[in-house]
Amino acid sequence: MSADVPLWVEAVVGALLVLSGLFVVVSAIGFLRLPDFFLRMHPPALAYTFGSWSVTLAGIIYFSALESRLLLHPWLIIILLSITVPVTTLLLARVALFRRRAVQAADTPPPLTPPQPPGAGE
Amino acid sequence: MSSLLFATTTFALGCYAIASLLVLVRLTRGPRAQDRVFALDLLYFHAMLVMLVLGIRHGSDAYFEAALLIALFGFVSSSAMAKFILRGEVIE
Repeated sequence: MSADVPLWVEAVVGALLVLSGLFVVVSAIGFLRLPDFFLRMHPPALAYTFGSWSVTLAGIIYFSALESRLLLHPWLIIILLSITVPVTTLLLARVALFRRRAVQAADTPPPLTPPQPPGAGE
Repeated sequence: MSSLLFATTTFALGCYAIASLLVLVRLTRGPRAQDRVFALDLLYFHAMLVMLVLGIRHGSDAYFEAALLIALFGFVSSSAMAKFILRGEVIE
């Protein structure tokens, strides 16, 4: 049903898909193997950026070639991810930091400002 | 669909399956709650990528909306769960 897509478009789309698959696997291996939570937060950034960028670029190229006009709607995925992923990552980093401080783990950095006395105002 | 596109989409889907299995190991083993929440977020992300690749594989636009919805639900659920394990409630 999509025999009208030229071969070079299929080659580019395939290369981008393979690239994204490799990036996602590498990030998952890093997420599984690294020893600490803060270290483990880094490899998924590889999948969140390169993985999603190559898949959405492949989608843009493929659907544009399929319908013979420029289709940019897969770009919405990148925009959405680039807004939402830092929020989630920052929230989880704060969770890890505050929970470590609560149990007073050994290698946790102290707060930057001295703690306010209770009732000093929010 | 051509054999080249079939092979590459199959490879990408297989890669996502392997990556999801590795993340699932971390989800079951993860020493603390934030590891599990992060692993769930990654699983959402992999499901979104699978939707996008399936859309290319079947040449259909309908998978795109599903991918967008999965990305949104992943963000909302991950941030809600992070807020919950941080403060004990979602909306204060």
